[in-house]
Amino acid sequence: MRGSQSQLPLYLARASYRQRRLRDIIRMLPLAGFLAWILPVMSGQVPATSAVGLYIFAGWIVLIVASAWVTSRLTPEAESQSATNDDVTLR
Amino acid sequence: MSFNLLVVVSLSYVAFLFVVAFWAEKRSRTSLAVWLRGPFVYTLSLSIYCTAWTFYGAVGYAARSGLEYVTIYLGPTLVMIGWWWLLRRLVRIGRTQRITSIADLISSRFGKSAWLGMIVTIMAVIAATPYIALQLKSVTQSFSVFAASGGAPWEQGDLNSGALWVAVGLAIFTVLFGTRSLDANERHSGIVIAIAVEAVVKLVALVAVGIFVIWGLAGGPAAVLAQIDASNIASFEPQGGRWVAMIFLSAAAFICLPRMFQVLVVETPDERNLHMASWAFPIYLILMSLFVLPIAVVGLRLMPEGANPDLFVLTLPLSQGENGLAMLAFLGGFSSATSMVIVSTIALATMVANHIVVPLWLNLRPQGALMSGDIRNVNVLARRLSIASILALGYLYFRLSAGGAALAAIGLVSFSGAVQVLPALLGAIFWRGATRVGAGLGLVTGFAVWIWTLYIPSFGADALISQEVLMNGPFGLWWLRPNALFGMEGMDQLVHGLMWSMLLNTTMFFVGSVFSFPTPLERFQGAQFVNVFAMSRGTSTWTGSGARADDLLIMAQRILGGTQAQRLFQRSAAEQGKEGYLPDVTPDFVLRLEREIAGSVGAATAHAMVGQLTEGAAISVDDLIAVADEAAQILEYSNELEAKSAEQDQTARALRDANAKLTALSIQKDAFLSQISHELRTPMTSIRSFSEILRDMEMSPEDHSKYAGIIHDEALRLTRLLNDLLDLSVLENGQVTLHVHTGHLTDLIDRAVSAAGVLEGGLQILRDRTREDVTLTTDLDRLVQVFVNVIANTQKYCTVAGPALQVKAHQVDGRDIVDFIDNGQGISIENQAMIFEKFARIEDEGKAGGAGLGLAICREILGRLGGQITYLPGHGGAAFRVILPAQNVTAKSAQALASQ
Repeated sequence: MRGSQSQLPLYLARASYRQRRLRDIIRMLPLAGFLAWILPVMSGQVPATSAVGLYIFAGWIVLIVASAWVTSRLTPEAESQSATNDDVTLR
Repeated sequence: MSFNLLVVVSLSYVAFLFVVAFWAEKRSRTSLAVWLRGPFVYTLSLSIYCTAWTFYGAVGYAARSGLEYVTIYLGPTLVMIGWWWLLRRLVRIGRTQRITSIADLISSRFGKSAWLGMIVTIMAVIAATPYIALQLKSVTQSFSVFAASGGAPWEQGDLNSGALWVAVGLAIFTVLFGTRSLDANERHSGIVIAIAVEAVVKLVALVAVGIFVIWGLAGGPAAVLAQIDASNIASFEPQGGRWVAMIFLSAAAFICLPRMFQVLVVETPDERNLHMASWAFPIYLILMSLFVLPIAVVGLRLMPEGANPDLFVLTLPLSQGENGLAMLAFLGGFSSATSMVIVSTIALATMVANHIVVPLWLNLRPQGALMSGDIRNVNVLARRLSIASILALGYLYFRLSAGGAALAAIGLVSFSGAVQVLPALLGAIFWRGATRVGAGLGLVTGFAVWIWTLYIPSFGADALISQEVLMNGPFGLWWLRPNALFGMEGMDQLVHGLMWSMLLNTTMFFVGSVFSFPTPLERFQGAQFVNVFAMSRGTSTWTGSGARADDLLIMAQRILGGTQAQRLFQRSAAEQGKEGYLPDVTPDFVLRLEREIAGSVGAATAHAMVGQLTEGAAISVDDLIAVADEAAQILEYSNELEAKSAEQDQTARALRDANAKLTALSIQKDAFLSQISHELRTPMTSIRSFSEILRDMEMSPEDHSKYAGIIHDEALRLTRLLNDLLDLSVLENGQVTLHVHTGHLTDLIDRAVSAAGVLEGGLQILRDRTREDVTLTTDLDRLVQVFVNVIANTQKYCTVAGPALQVKAHQVDGRDIVDFIDNGQGISIENQAMIFEKFARIEDEGKAGGAGLGLAICREILGRLGGQITYLPGHGGAAFRVILPAQNVTAKSAQALASQ
């Protein structure tokens, strides 16, 4: 059920402010991952295959840990409530 | 290692999967279902992304092109990690709109267009067929590896028959577990659990081979890294364009492939599952890809020159004498292939049935929704036939492309075909301006370019088009060369085809959308999809409607099945504050009904069928203007007002109903009082006059006993009437004592039938005794009293010639139920609400003789016993549904009553 938000508040409580920044992190993670993963092919001189492999898998693990950390901190109520706010603001 | 042992092991593995699937289907209504629907199984079911092509083929890919294989896993990882952007929306839309497939999503968003659904379906089938062939090939190839090591190498003929048997087995499994429930929104729990098991098997198999290779053959991780840099693989430099294109392609395919859409969106009950899957599925992918490179490198070093690197996972352990490990690897590859084919055929069959077969079938029968018979059977049959024909197509493709080279490349080609849906999909959920014309143009253009630049060349020169055309373009048009469209030469073929098809697809989609004008329904659906989080409970597509609730019920029963349709109608009625099975036909209700039906037959068909009944009461331009303001309204306070006024509406409706009931009751009560006075006075009068005669006159002994007999009969009649009244008041005040016994439903109905004196009455009773095999522990005499009352009622009121009463015992939601359905005129809707009230008697039926207490007593008795009696509309004649007492409840309430 959607909460009743008649207006977008200017100042948020610390907890809900944190929730929003967590969602910002989730949004950024795939972009960060994509950039990190195209770096090896951007450089003119390709390093050793094993080094590139290790780099890619290390980045993979960092992404997974970060994603698990953020999602575990998302509270479901805040998600469904302010999803509405976000979607409206984005437009 | 003997080949026969392998056959035995794989057959027992298949049998094990059957058992697991059956077990899960059985338990799907118990507490296990919660776990089955949970994030863990959801994550595992996503693993159908890892097909045999990735299980075996990734190693071959790595041996040929180095690290590039990893991009196939990077794309899906990014999609999962970025679930907040896309998957969250898709899952929510899928749930609120009851989406059945990716074709349904596109069709539903663009004004429930039947054409778009058909286009997407055809594209999906063409793109998926080679992929299914690829799976058949990998299974038969892995069989042939064992056959060769067993000393009896396979000929081409063996390969063909092997593939045929695999295809037939898969068809049986899929038909058995995949078409059980019609509603695509209901999860196929048997299949889902089988796939989860297979996901574990393939992961364990690949990891086991990897560990064996690293620690058993190569001598530890450091040694493997050194070997990688020393091998040929190190000399492959990833190309920037191909690298990025592959990440994009795998990410897009992860969403657009029909089978992925099926597990990601259709089979998931809740977007909360995404929370865990967003990080757990990347872990699965990382484990699946971690050991690929080591296996490839060690395989290249140890295996003889010319060995097929696609089968290293299998041949490497085999060559080292590790037969058990090889067997595990074989099962892993087998699992990857079968799970992909099963889900893929289910997804495609749903699309073919809902978007091609059923619309055609309905079009061929002009009578319309009401008269078109049972759509359930047609749909289920269509799905079964589609499953068989899709597998047959896959097998056919396998036979036609018997040469191996074409198949190896076809995985990526198939991906590129599937992602042609991406622009329309993204436009559908992010851009309100996207229209049906744009989507259709984009899809067709992208698909045509894909066919020309990727699909046809994938068969090789001179297969479908000649070398000449391939080199110089058709009719000498140099700018139409499949490998260098518009003169773009020197590009990698895959990147070239993908770029042009996506570019032209997106351009046509955009141009078509911008320069066309959407229909009202498109704009409405657009707002619903794009603003899904704000408008999940949005306004309706239907304004006031001419449809009658019982017509809608009859149609819904044809599509959803009786039980489910009745449950839906009952729930809706309850939410409107009404009792019984017939809710008011409000726009909200029609919308909800349409969505439920869409869950079975797709949005376009559902809309057309409901539209026939409501006769063009669909959305108008004025309504649209109201919808357009919706987003703005949400920011204001109107929501709360709406909620309040809805609440008030509901209360008012309940009050109106109650008032009407009270008024009718008070009229009936007055009528009853005069009736009861009359009923009491008639016997009283005769008792008084005959007793006066007896007292005052002399008479013969015969007359004497005759008059005394009359007095006695009249007194009996009085007693009966008073007994009924007393019975009712005792029941109502809860002072009744229950005599709990255990008995059989068949016996109870037998007793009731003979007690009601049916045998002389000419009423025909139709029963299916096999279904009455229910043991009951309750007050049996009281229950029989209810049955007698209902049967006697039929005898009184069913006035047609040749009356027949159908007594049907069955189960709904785990409760035992007996339906009494006669072939008479039924009870009009106005009277349905009244018949269970005491003193209520349908007007003009004074001849029936009772005081109108029978059904009221029935209701009270069943209430005491923990059961229920209701009127069941939509069956032609009068139909009463007796919900038998739930067993544990009865025991408790009986105790409670006994202690009173």
